Amino acid sequence: MADYKNEFGFFAERPKVEKKLFDRNKVIAGLVIFLVMITIPLWQNLGKTVAAPVPNLDTPVIQKLAEKDKKCVMPKEWMRANHMQMLVDWRDNVVRTKEQQVTTSRGREFVAPDGKQYLASLTNTCFECHSNKAQFCDQCHNYVAVAPNCFGCHLETGKKLAEAK
Amino acid sequence: MDFFKRHFFVALSAVLGLIIIAYVGVQGNLQLLFGVVVPYLAALIFVEGLIYRVIQWARSPVPFRIPTTGGQGRTLPWIKRDLGEKLDNPADTPHLIGRMALEVFAFRSLFRNLRTELVKDPDNPEGARLIHWSYKWLWIGAIAFHYAFLVVILRHLRFFTEPTMGFVLMLDHVDGFFQFFTPAVYLSGVVLVAAVGYLLFRRITNPAVRYISLAADYFPLLLILGIGLTGILMRYFFKTDIVAVKELAIGLATLHPKLPANLSALFYVHLFLVCVLFAYFPFSKLMHAPGVFMSPTRNLTCNNRWVMHVNPWNYPVKFHSYAEYEDKFRDAMIEAGIPVEKEQ
Repeated sequence: MADYKNEFGFFAERPKVEKKLFDRNKVIAGLVIFLVMITIPLWQNLGKTVAAPVPNLDTPVIQKLAEKDKKCVMPKEWMRANHMQMLVDWRDNVVRTKEQQVTTSRGREFVAPDGKQYLASLTNTCFECHSNKAQFCDQCHNYVAVAPNCFGCHLETGKKLAEAK
Repeated sequence: MDFFKRHFFVALSAVLGLIIIAYVGVQGNLQLLFGVVVPYLAALIFVEGLIYRVIQWARSPVPFRIPTTGGQGRTLPWIKRDLGEKLDNPADTPHLIGRMALEVFAFRSLFRNLRTELVKDPDNPEGARLIHWSYKWLWIGAIAFHYAFLVVILRHLRFFTEPTMGFVLMLDHVDGFFQFFTPAVYLSGVVLVAAVGYLLFRRITNPAVRYISLAADYFPLLLILGIGLTGILMRYFFKTDIVAVKELAIGLATLHPKLPANLSALFYVHLFLVCVLFAYFPFSKLMHAPGVFMSPTRNLTCNNRWVMHVNPWNYPVKFHSYAEYEDKFRDAMIEAGIPVEKEQ
């Protein structure tokens, strides 16, 4: 340690502070907790290959349809993203008689892009073909963890009423 | 362009630029880059950068206790200390843990009297009065923002885990408790955007805060605002195929990335902004998250009065004592008539 002198007097060289991790255990424990928390999705899914849901189209009504009629009221890709919005629009137009111009439907009737007219109804139109809620609706809904409350009335109750009769 | 405008508009154009980059990139069929490469890269930078900086911090010695206390320290037995003072000026580890918990979960530091202002007071002969008070709105804005953001992040775990973890479903339920609008509006989303909006508003409108605000202060706020708004747009107005979103997310989480085709540009903008936030994190003020656990003013007991703390930087100072001084200059001092302690 060489001494040096300036106009104020004698000073020693600043010593080298030992390079070390202070509070090593606490810091490492904190970092491990952080790492574990941030990688929850990694080790929760470790070694799994999660298959994407495949909605089942195998219902009696669909099977009876002619090949050219085997299509939804709107294109499949559009429906995958927007079916919930379409149902909300249908509801608003029917229940709340909101007669404003909506791209997809007007009042109780729904005109598909190909000109075919449908009844705007979840129970009567959608479920007519897609009667297999568990294999069709629930597959994707469970996959992305959404629980739409449409089914509170529209399927289960309808079924129960039919059974009661 | 003045100081404020320069810093604010740099941050704003940076966020808008990021949005444009993601949008143009996806239009140019760079889905693989923005959907797989950038997220992995961002996660890597985030984890590695955060660990690196924490280690850097931990390698700096903290020689002294810096109590920055708001309460009576432990002293003579007849000087009373209530629980608040024991927590603000902890003398032992349990109270220290209490102080850290208050800091981390309730933002105790923001609840202090941070504000010193002259207010008009006609009753006072000087016409003004000095007040010390707190920024309660800052505190409530900050706490609303942080908790809302936490809930939002936890809710997004539904895209990364299959089957979705139970507490995420519960959180989803509680968050959409007031079932208005379809799909049910998440309170956390509304609170997040409102709180970030308020914090930005405060930063811009309060002259004292605006004066010390840099682009690095506006950028995270604007970025998080952008993330919140794109997320809200995607959930309520411009739908994207959410099953495809989960396929992408779970592909990333299982390390078998897969790129679904049916994803909108808005989704990629949202994802890219999130990635930028993660990658930016270790380089920015956002490091206050790990930093709060490592602040010497918060995480050390205030025991200066009865424990000796030695500075590792201490080194043997070369003393030049008065005796030596006199030995050196004795002749000259005697000649000048200055009294000396030792004649010879």
